[in-house]
Amino acid sequence: MVRLDKGKAWSILKSAIDKTGFLPRCSAQKVSTCMQQQDSAQLKARHWLLDSPKEREFQPWNVGGCVKILEAVNVHLSFGGVAALRDISFSVPEDSITTVIGPNGAGKTSLFNCISGFYRPQQGSIFFRGQDISRLKPPARAALGLARTFQNIALFRGMTVLDNIKLGAHVHTKTGLLGALAYLGPARREEMALREEVERRIIDFLEIDHIRRQPVASLPYGLQKRVELARALAMRPQLLMLDEPVAGMNREEKEDMARFILDIKEEWGVTVLMVEHDMSMVMDISDHVVVLNFGQVIASGLPQEVQKNPAVIEAYLGDGDIATLRRRLNANTEAA
Amino acid sequence: MRIGDAKQSYAADEALWTSTTQQVWFGLLLLSLLLFPFFASPYLLYLACLVGIAVISATGLNILTGFTGLISLGQAGFMGVGGYTVAWLSLHTSLPFPIALLAAGLLSAAIGMVVGLPSLRIKGLYLAIATLAASVFLHFVFVEWASVTGGMAGLSLRSAQLFGLTFHNDFRMYFMIMPLAVLMLLAARNIFRTRIGRAFIAIRDRDISAEILGIPLLRYKLLSFALSSFYAGVAGGLFAYFYRVVTPESFPLSMSIFYLAAIIVGGMGSILGGVLGAIFMTLVPEGLKLLTTAITPIYPQAPVFMSPLLGVVFGVLIVGFLIFEPNGLAEVWRRIRRFFHLWPFRT
Amino acid sequence: MDWLFFAEVSLAGLATGGLYALIALGFVIIYKATRVINFAIGEIMMFAAYLFLSFAGGMELPAWLALPLAVLGGMVLGGLVERLMIRPMLGESPITVVMVTIGLASILVGLAEIIWTADPQLLPEFLPRQPIFIGEIYLAPKVAWGFVIGAAVLTVYLLYFRFSRGGVALRATASDQAAAYSMGINVRRVFNLAWVFGSLAASLAGILVSATGGLSPQSGAIGLSVLVIVIVGGLDSILGALIAGLFVGWLETVAGAFFGGEYRMLATFSVLALILIIRPYGLFGTHEIERL
Repeated sequence: MVRLDKGKAWSILKSAIDKTGFLPRCSAQKVSTCMQQQDSAQLKARHWLLDSPKEREFQPWNVGGCVKILEAVNVHLSFGGVAALRDISFSVPEDSITTVIGPNGAGKTSLFNCISGFYRPQQGSIFFRGQDISRLKPPARAALGLARTFQNIALFRGMTVLDNIKLGAHVHTKTGLLGALAYLGPARREEMALREEVERRIIDFLEIDHIRRQPVASLPYGLQKRVELARALAMRPQLLMLDEPVAGMNREEKEDMARFILDIKEEWGVTVLMVEHDMSMVMDISDHVVVLNFGQVIASGLPQEVQKNPAVIEAYLGDGDIATLRRRLNANTEAA
Repeated sequence: MRIGDAKQSYAADEALWTSTTQQVWFGLLLLSLLLFPFFASPYLLYLACLVGIAVISATGLNILTGFTGLISLGQAGFMGVGGYTVAWLSLHTSLPFPIALLAAGLLSAAIGMVVGLPSLRIKGLYLAIATLAASVFLHFVFVEWASVTGGMAGLSLRSAQLFGLTFHNDFRMYFMIMPLAVLMLLAARNIFRTRIGRAFIAIRDRDISAEILGIPLLRYKLLSFALSSFYAGVAGGLFAYFYRVVTPESFPLSMSIFYLAAIIVGGMGSILGGVLGAIFMTLVPEGLKLLTTAITPIYPQAPVFMSPLLGVVFGVLIVGFLIFEPNGLAEVWRRIRRFFHLWPFRT
Repeated sequence: MDWLFFAEVSLAGLATGGLYALIALGFVIIYKATRVINFAIGEIMMFAAYLFLSFAGGMELPAWLALPLAVLGGMVLGGLVERLMIRPMLGESPITVVMVTIGLASILVGLAEIIWTADPQLLPEFLPRQPIFIGEIYLAPKVAWGFVIGAAVLTVYLLYFRFSRGGVALRATASDQAAAYSMGINVRRVFNLAWVFGSLAASLAGILVSATGGLSPQSGAIGLSVLVIVIVGGLDSILGALIAGLFVGWLETVAGAFFGGEYRMLATFSVLALILIIRPYGLFGTHEIERL
């Protein structure tokens, strides 16, 4: 991937546009206005009623957390005596790609599970657009716009790709039992509208139309991951959580997936929060990085800053002093 | 061979019968079902009615166990609730049979929901055993609550009636049972074209992920229990009208196992499987009966062995299908269809 | 309330419970090793009792020969069932395997009825006949001796599992098959042996139970009570099988004696319902945790 100094390019562009006054939302004044826009219904509508996603307002992505779409405050999670998350506080800026990184066992998936509602933290709260969702059950969180993919693919093997994706839209459809039994009438209309939406917006976008009638169990790994992404998109998310979206993929698949994630952020206006181990991808597409180790946040900020943070380097590589390492190795071999 | 089968609209793609050939065949099937009683012997008519009842109940169980993955050993109990409701209504009121059947279904559905309440906390085989416990409780109620259920002697009914028309023989019962079976099958199939059916399948495959995707688990599990028990209740009601007597022994535990075997043999997780399984399992005992009658001249002891032999055959069928064809008769049917779709090609 | 009667009934119930515990032990061994819920445990038990009937009654072998032979027959049956019906189902979903055992139960009942007819039979006497009195309390001799033999076998099993290599292998295979394979444990053989030894316990219990209560092809229905016992005790807990077996045996007998025959099943299943609500995994069972 090409390395651009995106920050510099954006600031030049931004000042140019500001000067022309063409897109007033770029100005600082508009930033504070958007922070006041806590009306979630308005915000939701903004993304989905517009026919062409590009019509949505242009928002520079590194305004330092204009709107915090998700905020975790002092979250503490333990299983029996083992603390998986210790006093975690961080926030996800809206319209960004935020990545959570950290060594294995740092608590990344546990964090996702807390946000999804599968685990209930012993202490702390989680706020979604300013609303405390800590007591909400997972289906209610899904209705607010929290979508997610899973580390080990959690597709429903008894259904086709199309059915899996349509399932994602469950919270947003409303066919009841009697309507379903009769089918002809409102249920059929809703089904057809759903089918059209899924085909147009998601299947074409993710280029999976050639497999849409296949049972998911027969698909190769990379396509299964893409179908899972499609299903998460069908949930009409405000915040999309991806748990290791490119794990186990080859280089080409990773590039495709990265392209999709960037498009999701820019064309769909969805905030992306992901857990990822592939450092080059993290550095290339993330706007904001949070580093976890042993259940604690040890660093957060721009990718470049985090990369240079000594605490982060130590978490991954251990004590970076080669001389110390050599001495320790020699001591061990002498003792043995 | 099927070629040139491109669809021009989403509605056409999502239809149940997607090609003209299929529609024609289905029309012929409906026609033959309609004309069947006029040409059939009384014995075949009797069998057809039994098959109709079995199909409805098996479909109900399939919805719960095959599609939603909640194993139930209580089907006989729910059928019993339906049967007793219909019997009681026929003795104490003069409601026309559609209302009585509806009442039977609704009461069974309500009880089904109560039985399904533990499904939030317990899963899999523990839930199956809970349904077994429920079945035992229901059986106890049927026996002990003699003032309503007639105790061990049970209840006997008048024939079903509708606007003065009495359904007193198999011919008329056929026209009550068969259209109801077709409608309920269609309704069940429709469920799985909508979000509700998808939610059921999701609960079966991965219920935790389903919940995170927005499906409220308890509500849908209870819905599945309610729907499945409704079907069982209606089937039990038809059973009552057909035999005109219900006793606690009409709905034994072995009936629950019979229906479980029917959906396994037919194919869990497919509506067609429920139908095929019900037909197959209802006809097997009859086939065995015929075989025994045929052998009796040569081997006079044969009838003694018929009942235990039925048990052995039943068990062998279950074990055989599970080992060799776990997706049941529906899968066999799909293979045959695929062969004809692809012919003269092989794959 | 007649305390003497209560004591007699209780004692009889506990003795029956001991035999129940033995059957439950057979079930738990099979579940512990192979994770298979064996709905046919009652039928295997019934079949072994019929074998004893044939050996001791039909062939008129002395009891000390017929008993081990019948138990051996039960063990062979268990081993065959595992090899032919359960092994092919390795890896399938639990409900499928359970249905296989249900099918097996049906086959065994049918076979028993064909070979030995459906009439209830009495087993030839082989237990001491002297009435037993504990103080003033009367205890039927068959029941008492059945309990004694059952308890002895149970103790042997408990010790074996705790301290021998075979027992450790069984527990290892139960908790992690792949790891057990890597350690050199022959997993397939452990599975087969689990079924064989589980059937041993069930067969012995079957003969003893039928010695007291008579025998018919429907005797396998005791499996229902055993199911309740293992759920209450915990599917993979031997101690649970023991305690729950005693309790359920006692409860059934007392309920039957004081309230009438229909209340036996009601009592048993009420306990089941209670346990499923309070502690679904049983008193001593391990809680299965699902990972996301």
